[in-house]
Amino acid sequence: MNEEIVVNVCMGTGGIAAGGEQVMAAFRREFAEAGISGARVGENCRLHKVGCRGFCARDVLVDVAVGGQASTYQYIQAEMVPRLVREHVLGGRPVAEWLVGEDYHTFHDNQCKRILGDLGRIDPEDIDEYLAADGYQAAEKALTTLSPAEVIEIIKESGLRGRGGGGFPTGVKWQFCAAAGDGQRYIICNADEGDPGAFMDRSIIEGNPHAVLEGMIIGAYAIGATLGYVYIRAEYPLAVERLRCALRQAEERGYLGENLFGGQFALRIKVKLGAGAFVCGEETALIASIEGERGMPRAKPPFPAQQGLWGKPTVINNVETLANVPPIIRHGAAWYAAVGSGKSKGTKVIALTGKIRNTGLIEIPMGMPLKDIIYKIGGGIEGDRLFKAVQTGGPSGGCIPQQHIDLAVDYENLAAVGSMMGSGGMVVLDESDCMVNIAKFFLQFTQAESCGKCVPCRIGTKRLLEILTRITEGQGREGDIELLQSLAEDVRDSSLCGLGMSAPNPVLSTLRYFRHEYEAHIKQRKCPAKVCNHLLTFFIRPDSCVGCTMCARACSVKAISGESKQPHHIDQKLCIRCGSCFDVCKFNAVLKE
Amino acid sequence: MIHLTIDGKNLAVPAANTVLEAARSAGIAIPTLCHDERLAPYGGCRLCLVEIDGMAKPVTSCTTPVREGMVVRTVSERLYRLRRTIVELLLSDHPNDCMTCIGNGDCTLQELAYSYGLRENRFHGARREHHRVDANPFITREQNKCVLCGLCVRVCEEVQGVSAIGFADRGFETKIVPPFGEDLNCEFCGQCVAVCPTGALSARLWAGKPRTGGITSTRTVCTFCGCGCNLTLKCKANEVFRVDSEPTTHNRGWLCVKGRFGYDFINSPERLRTPLIRRSKGGPLEAVDWPEALQHIAARVTRFKAEHGPDAFAGLSSARCTNEENYLFQKLLRAAIGTNNVDHCARY
Repeated sequence: MNEEIVVNVCMGTGGIAAGGEQVMAAFRREFAEAGISGARVGENCRLHKVGCRGFCARDVLVDVAVGGQASTYQYIQAEMVPRLVREHVLGGRPVAEWLVGEDYHTFHDNQCKRILGDLGRIDPEDIDEYLAADGYQAAEKALTTLSPAEVIEIIKESGLRGRGGGGFPTGVKWQFCAAAGDGQRYIICNADEGDPGAFMDRSIIEGNPHAVLEGMIIGAYAIGATLGYVYIRAEYPLAVERLRCALRQAEERGYLGENLFGGQFALRIKVKLGAGAFVCGEETALIASIEGERGMPRAKPPFPAQQGLWGKPTVINNVETLANVPPIIRHGAAWYAAVGSGKSKGTKVIALTGKIRNTGLIEIPMGMPLKDIIYKIGGGIEGDRLFKAVQTGGPSGGCIPQQHIDLAVDYENLAAVGSMMGSGGMVVLDESDCMVNIAKFFLQFTQAESCGKCVPCRIGTKRLLEILTRITEGQGREGDIELLQSLAEDVRDSSLCGLGMSAPNPVLSTLRYFRHEYEAHIKQRKCPAKVCNHLLTFFIRPDSCVGCTMCARACSVKAISGESKQPHHIDQKLCIRCGSCFDVCKFNAVLKE
Repeated sequence: MIHLTIDGKNLAVPAANTVLEAARSAGIAIPTLCHDERLAPYGGCRLCLVEIDGMAKPVTSCTTPVREGMVVRTVSERLYRLRRTIVELLLSDHPNDCMTCIGNGDCTLQELAYSYGLRENRFHGARREHHRVDANPFITREQNKCVLCGLCVRVCEEVQGVSAIGFADRGFETKIVPPFGEDLNCEFCGQCVAVCPTGALSARLWAGKPRTGGITSTRTVCTFCGCGCNLTLKCKANEVFRVDSEPTTHNRGWLCVKGRFGYDFINSPERLRTPLIRRSKGGPLEAVDWPEALQHIAARVTRFKAEHGPDAFAGLSSARCTNEENYLFQKLLRAAIGTNNVDHCARY
């Protein structure tokens, strides 16, 4: 009767979107009913909401542990809960058909979870759970037993580098800031994660906000800052809510405020909501935004560590960087540096998406080969198609082709092959992806997000996009490849901030590795991946067409003719190559070439 | 002093200098579009890129402070290519209607296009569509000619302290507008017009007036108030059609709405050009020359002083006079006439 029952329901943004709230409610309802009937569910039963555990594609994920024996279920919906409670919680027999499969374990077992370890285990809205997981011990150790210089030394020794994309050594940045000026200093947590498809920072704040706050406390102590800001996107409502909840709890318990840990050190942390501009992730633009100005970058030097917020020395660290700090202080620099490769130590959180079986949030040791990420953690390419490339580093990153599949993923290696670590986005592309189209996709994003301050980024990215667009629409001209190459290099070399400098990366890296695809588009007017509709011819196979008329009804220009129950035909003169017929045909009778 | 080398020249410059300031002080020309030495450096146009030993990428000389031992190159094949591409990109989103543009002959972009020989453009593409806005009485905006150098925004904020305009939207659609995209409703000092390097901002008063040919420049002092701002009157055929001010003057080239736009009285047919005397009550005003007018006044003043005493007089002076004139006026009243009945619209 005293067996403890723990149910963890994944309540990250992915979990909630998949119905996590309803699943939680269903468990509560079932427990209440079962409790009334005198079953074994009572005070010893705990129902938990936990943060993202990375495998959002399988949400809602639910752990049911009875007496220490835990089972994980995938794709759980509210209507499945009664059976789970009846058979597993009350009956003691796990529901085998809903349990996660082997790939759930290969997904997790190949990772190295230092940052994400507590996500999915602890309730992010309960400071006691963080404390139970050694929370705030690192801050206490730093503030009560170490001098600021010693803290900086430990971080330097650990080899921790900025996880927001720059890869600048965190300890060195802290040291610069600590040495600059003699008055007010600030620490800012950059949670303005804006890369399309990236959700590393969001998940960390949603799943373990106290870890980030603890990192900020230690950083603030090291540099001598008494005021910190978390600059977070307003589009992350759940993260903002949990962050504010964590701040409130930390203040109540005295982890923030005056005389921290009985000493002289004081720190307040404010939350500043970003208004959705990608460029505000750039640190000087972020500072301008906090100051109430339009988020436009300024030239460096002076660096924020010398003259930052309100002109005072300021350290800006990414969410993941700060989340790395407490474990380093707890376990020591050597422990941290034991994982990693070359000049890249520790782990990296990566948002793995694209044409891959297991998409989600993962954490890998630095130096893990690309192919292990894709085939072991990712479970290989969806539908057993051929791997073509992996796009890393978000919209500013590059595409890495098959020939570099053995590449050990770290800062230097990614840069060497023309891409970058960025904040950790990783999009896997297969043979059905057109690389010109991919470059176009990312340029659409960066050119729309340019702040407009400098000419190369404002107009240059627009012109790059225009050239890419005409190539994908079959209007490519002789010389366009050379023009793209030349303009992309000029934009890279003359832009003001990281956004403009890296915006041409998707173009440059696809030109480097997939030039033949560009040539096919321009010279043969063909899209080898059959993605660019303007370069395709659509036709109907008479032997497969059953004459259902779906295609004819979908065609907006009435290019498809044919009697009902007779094979249809596309008039190529009228066809505008929109692809609607291809999308609606249920018999695979529409072909494109 | 900081010692550095620019294009092989050894220079010693003040530590507060930027690389651009150091280069210009040595007579080394670096092209700029968004720079004005009277305003904070901006680094937006990217034309002033230079190469500095030890730095991986070119940096903007307008924002980079000098450092001891720095080795700078302002000319190289790569820099030429980057600068030329920047100008070419600007022209690809520009009406290029110099022939009918009010900025012709006074346009930095035009000069750059000419010096880089940009007859063709590799980047034909979309252009911003903005309608000409000139509903207000003073300033015409043609935003499709705007290069977004930000000079107008900065002068409005840094010098005028008004912040009547700012950036809106992102990327290619970025534009400079008053709040909520409405027409200008500011103090119309016209500083923005003065610093605009293209024809994007101009004065309504200038429209259709001579631009460059046969122009004479005459330096004078503004008569609107005691500040004594230096003006440069642009004239042709004995008509003033534009007022400007040089950055080297004590007012650093900055003017207010009156000094810059209040010049229509100069050519006004209603302007008094000679003294007028009304010899009898209700009689006509009669044009006379200055000696006669002064003698007339002197005779009357002497007579009234003898008949009624000096305190029968009172004098009121104007803020539109210079300090010297105001000083002399009270001296006239106090010493020559002998009364303290003298005042000034801003009080003595």
